[in-house]
Amino acid sequence: MRRIRARTSPGPGAATEAGAGSGVEGGGTGDGPGFEFTFDGRPVAALPGQSLAAALWSAGVLSWRTTRVNGRPRGAFCSIGTCHDCLVTVNGTPNIRACLLPAVPRDRVTTQEGSGRAGLHE
Amino acid sequence: MPGSTSDRAERADGRSRTAGDVACLAVVGAGPAGLAAAVTAADHGLDVVLLDAAASPGGQYYRSPPEELAAVLPRAAVPPRAAPKGQRVFSGLMDRLAAHRAAGGIRYLPGHHVWTVTRTGSGWTLHTVVGARGEGGPAVRARRLLLATGAYERQLPFPGWTTPGVVGAAGAQAMLKSGHALPGRRVVVAGSGPLLQAVAVSLVRAGARVPALVEAAGYGGYAAAPRVLAANPSKPAEGLRHGAALVRAGVRVMSHRAVTAVHGTDRVEAVTVSRLDRDWRPVPDSGRTITCDALAVGHGLTPQLELAVEIGCATRTCADGSLAVRLDERLSTTVPGVWAAGEPGGIGGVGLALTEGELAAHAIAADVQGRSPRETSGRVRSLGRARRGQRAFAELMAEVHRPGHGWRDWVEDDTEVCRCEEVTAGRIRTAVGELGAADARTVKLLTRAGMGWCQGRTCGFAVRALAVSAGAAARDPAPDRRMPACPVLLSALAGADGADGMEPLDVDESPDTGRGGTRS
Repeated sequence: MRRIRARTSPGPGAATEAGAGSGVEGGGTGDGPGFEFTFDGRPVAALPGQSLAAALWSAGVLSWRTTRVNGRPRGAFCSIGTCHDCLVTVNGTPNIRACLLPAVPRDRVTTQEGSGRAGLHE
Repeated sequence: MPGSTSDRAERADGRSRTAGDVACLAVVGAGPAGLAAAVTAADHGLDVVLLDAAASPGGQYYRSPPEELAAVLPRAAVPPRAAPKGQRVFSGLMDRLAAHRAAGGIRYLPGHHVWTVTRTGSGWTLHTVVGARGEGGPAVRARRLLLATGAYERQLPFPGWTTPGVVGAAGAQAMLKSGHALPGRRVVVAGSGPLLQAVAVSLVRAGARVPALVEAAGYGGYAAAPRVLAANPSKPAEGLRHGAALVRAGVRVMSHRAVTAVHGTDRVEAVTVSRLDRDWRPVPDSGRTITCDALAVGHGLTPQLELAVEIGCATRTCADGSLAVRLDERLSTTVPGVWAAGEPGGIGGVGLALTEGELAAHAIAADVQGRSPRETSGRVRSLGRARRGQRAFAELMAEVHRPGHGWRDWVEDDTEVCRCEEVTAGRIRTAVGELGAADARTVKLLTRAGMGWCQGRTCGFAVRALAVSAGAAARDPAPDRRMPACPVLLSALAGADGADGMEPLDVDESPDTGRGGTRS
């Protein structure tokens, strides 16, 4: 699998231009409103009520699935549950639309390879 | 059934009702049209069930962060739901919704996605799923049905559009409105339609750099219809406001251009923008590269028609080639007992949705009370006039931004058209040119384009266009049939039956967070 390199957050607030919303520190420090879940074992900061897709975008992660035919990376596209590009495996359950599901603390999110059903063939 | 009284009077003190109860009206969708319809119908004394897939009302237009997120964001970081006037309209609708819910006139079911509607006696049964995985929800019965199902974004494929960082323009806005997230720091906005301006303004306000707004059509088409503009003064005013904001933010607005290539393997690094001729054919050697780390792209919206088509409502082809529900002046579909309002009748925006939602509710109330359609109030007449003006603008907008035939020339043979099934344009062209496919349905059978998870919602328009040879007279396409309207677990399908023996309707109105089964 291709590792997706995380980078600093491009979310609102990370930008320095005038007019940028001031950021809120997420993260599991325990004293802020934010919390953490893991994506492929790495901690990702999220804010309460954020969808998994929004939290991943804010962490600079744009893809969390590989396609069934060509193994290409995909992430959120339509953001409203229509396109299914953003399917991901959450706590072992594959094919969850990341744009619709709110993140909760300690979720284990993992890149979904293809249909996410490889286990059926083992 | 004209003449039947509202069954609110027959109801005991607003206790939770069982599925044996039949509501007077079910409204599907709690966006602008559905909200306006539900509260107006309740004002008339009708007993309404309002179902919505989202966790809170407002639809895509009034989308906003969930309460728990808004609570931790600095005030400046919470984007306004709408311009100040729009905010007031929304607050008014929410106040009326709250009052009717308290009085028992509206049962609001958030987090309930209607996946199919079946005919039950003289009414309808709406089958729902709840949660992220599509688990079986309650079945809701109603004598009349209003479809206010909204729209989703229309896409045209282009080389590289499946690269991570290429996102829907409306999708980027949705993620920003409710999730406080951006796809990148430097975002090119491209496609066609006035929505792009709003998206670019939102991105800039959130702190992104938007180097360019790339519009495939021109804005000059609007000037050719001064009377339509004069009847819709808020539209050009909004365009000018957005235009000024974009100039201030240093966004370069380019028309008659399109993104014809995306650079970057695992994420967007730059895009190529080419000039287009009048038919949207890319002009050779006119490409310019713009560095960016995300691209927000879309060609306006297209009506969400699954339930309407399944029920058998006739459709029409709009000026932009999209299908919409055919409606009369009173928002009736061609199926008795079924009305539609807002985007399903053709993309027209929030003002039209509010007008049509209210108008449909007045028409439904007249039907319930057995009044003749000719007995109209002054309010209904003025809404009718407003609707005609707004519909004229909607048709103009569709005309101005209708994709020219030439867009197919920017699609390479190895460009994926169907994102779900990874079907390339080359395979579709082979199906059309060598295997004799003459419509999208045959293309689907031969290539699987449109057979994936999204059921052709994303690629349907493009596949249809690729299936007719360039310049061929566009025939009225048949609407896609997509039952179920959303993902449904087999266990929910197995538990769904026509009408009898349904489980009691649980009126716990707290939205299902949908995490059932995703925790281990």
